[in-house]
Amino acid sequence: MTHVLDPDALSDDARALSVPLPPYRDVTRSDSAFRAFLHGLPGVDQVGAEARVAQLGTRSIKTTSKAWAIDTAISMVDLTTLEGADTPGKVRSLAAKAMRPDPTDPSCPRVAAVCVYGDLAGVAREALGDSGVHVAAVATAFPSGRASRAVKLADVRDAVQNGADEIDMVIDRGAFLSGRYLDVYEEIVAVKEACGEAHLKVILETGELVTLDNVRRASWIAMLAGGDFIKTSTGKVSPAATLPVGLVMLEAVRDFRVATGRQVGFKPAGGIRTTKDAVKHLVLINETVGRDWLDPGWFRFGASSLLNDLLLQRQKLRTGHYSGPDHVSVD
Amino acid sequence: MIGNDRLAVRKTYKLYVNGAFPRSESGRTYEVTDAKGHFLANAARASRKDARDAVVAARGAFAKWSGATAYNRGQVLYRVAEVMEGRHAQFCEEVAAGEGLSASKARAAVDAAIDRWVWYAGWTDKLGAVLGGANPVAGPYFDFSTPEPTGVVAVLAPQQSSLLGLVSVLAPVLATGNTAVVVTSKDRPLPAVTLAEVLATSDVPGGVVNLLTGDAEELGTWLAEHADVDGIDLTGAPLNRAMEFEREAAGTIKRVVRPPATEPDWTADPGLTRMTPFLETKTVWHPIGL
Repeated sequence: MTHVLDPDALSDDARALSVPLPPYRDVTRSDSAFRAFLHGLPGVDQVGAEARVAQLGTRSIKTTSKAWAIDTAISMVDLTTLEGADTPGKVRSLAAKAMRPDPTDPSCPRVAAVCVYGDLAGVAREALGDSGVHVAAVATAFPSGRASRAVKLADVRDAVQNGADEIDMVIDRGAFLSGRYLDVYEEIVAVKEACGEAHLKVILETGELVTLDNVRRASWIAMLAGGDFIKTSTGKVSPAATLPVGLVMLEAVRDFRVATGRQVGFKPAGGIRTTKDAVKHLVLINETVGRDWLDPGWFRFGASSLLNDLLLQRQKLRTGHYSGPDHVSVD
Repeated sequence: MIGNDRLAVRKTYKLYVNGAFPRSESGRTYEVTDAKGHFLANAARASRKDARDAVVAARGAFAKWSGATAYNRGQVLYRVAEVMEGRHAQFCEEVAAGEGLSASKARAAVDAAIDRWVWYAGWTDKLGAVLGGANPVAGPYFDFSTPEPTGVVAVLAPQQSSLLGLVSVLAPVLATGNTAVVVTSKDRPLPAVTLAEVLATSDVPGGVVNLLTGDAEELGTWLAEHADVDGIDLTGAPLNRAMEFEREAAGTIKRVVRPPATEPDWTADPGLTRMTPFLETKTVWHPIGL
């Protein structure tokens, strides 16, 4: 690869809006320095990653462990509806479901958050009240992210004002894929600032990043820029949250905490539909980053149909016989 | 040149679930013997998870099958009978071996099974007229009743009559627009396996019929309890367990067909008795215009 000398490379003119945590203070001082840092991250062995997740996927989780896994997974769900046809009524019924996923069983935990478009965050906030279920809103011209920065920041502020306490932003994949890593970084920093108190989840849209090496680089950009969570996908692009991608992102958050002391959460989203998929992710977490992340504060599932499957499995464990889709709510 | 020293091709049959032929999830198989105890083939022994998968497949296929026009369902079922006719010799051989019948009696049983299938195929578009209609009411509105399929029906097929009995319990479930999860005769499953191959190569959509070879006693309880099964035909259930299955089925208010004390003569005219149990009557009140 030819390195073009960046005119800013030697002049520390603080293009970045904020400075990353030590020991990475100087990696964002220029485009070329940032590129050199990101391309200097260890390469990902794709075959090895696939083999590792395939092996972890064979773990058999049964009886009491399964019951624990199902309840844990329910408490980690970001119950999501991101359709053009979303209505306030639909968001209210989703909120009701979030607070009482299984109305026939009070021991069923509530989900972590309801995830909606920014304009409906107010409806969700009102419906959820002080139940403890968070309101997550997607912003920054979700899902494509193709808008000017001013529009994206206005989108974020609007969602926060409407009552969202978690913001799911998308990175500028166009900038990332054309190598303008610092642009991606600065945008995340700006969004983080616009979020104020709200937690920021950074969606990498890994289905568009092509390689696992890119996934690792994008993860580092998001973490250095101050993202509280890194999230795989919007759910609008296939493939979405695959296990090898999850493994690479989890290794990134693990390495980042070792280096800087700051813990970043992880949220796979899109394509996780069955209890088995969810359990595979829990196993992956436990084996990659450990128990510290097995908590709704640090790990979420972005999902819609997953919750019903979890509830069906939960009913199966509770009653001893198979349940059916007539016994959970339609959403 | 093939001499007499040719090695026998020993068959290990699989299940028929969602239009495909998977092995049992459990990996279990059992030996199927003829009436004299000689080895015939290996069959998959379905487990509770196979039953669960079959119910999911049947539920998935229900909307399309029940939503098809009655005429179309009749055509599809008639096509099954055509393909069965093409496999006539194979059915005869399997029925003769499994049930220990003479060649002529086996042929008569297969003929009757195919005729029975055609007979039920003809019923699809006549049920509405026979079982439903306009009800006479004293008021300014119409009132119609129409028979509608119940949903996913689990069928424990007869243990003795391996083809005619199977067709006699399966075809009425399909003709009325239900989808089926069938547990075949345990000791005589081969005609059912061949029927699965017939279904797979005819026009019946995958998942409408799911055939599980194995033990009705083992699988019956899971199907009877399953909340996503709407009806269960206990014809092939072991008599000492049938009451228990019925009680379990009551937990989710399933339609139940009780097993007869002994297997009936399947050649007799079945009438409507096997079609009505898995139909719901929908009655609609409709205002008269003007």
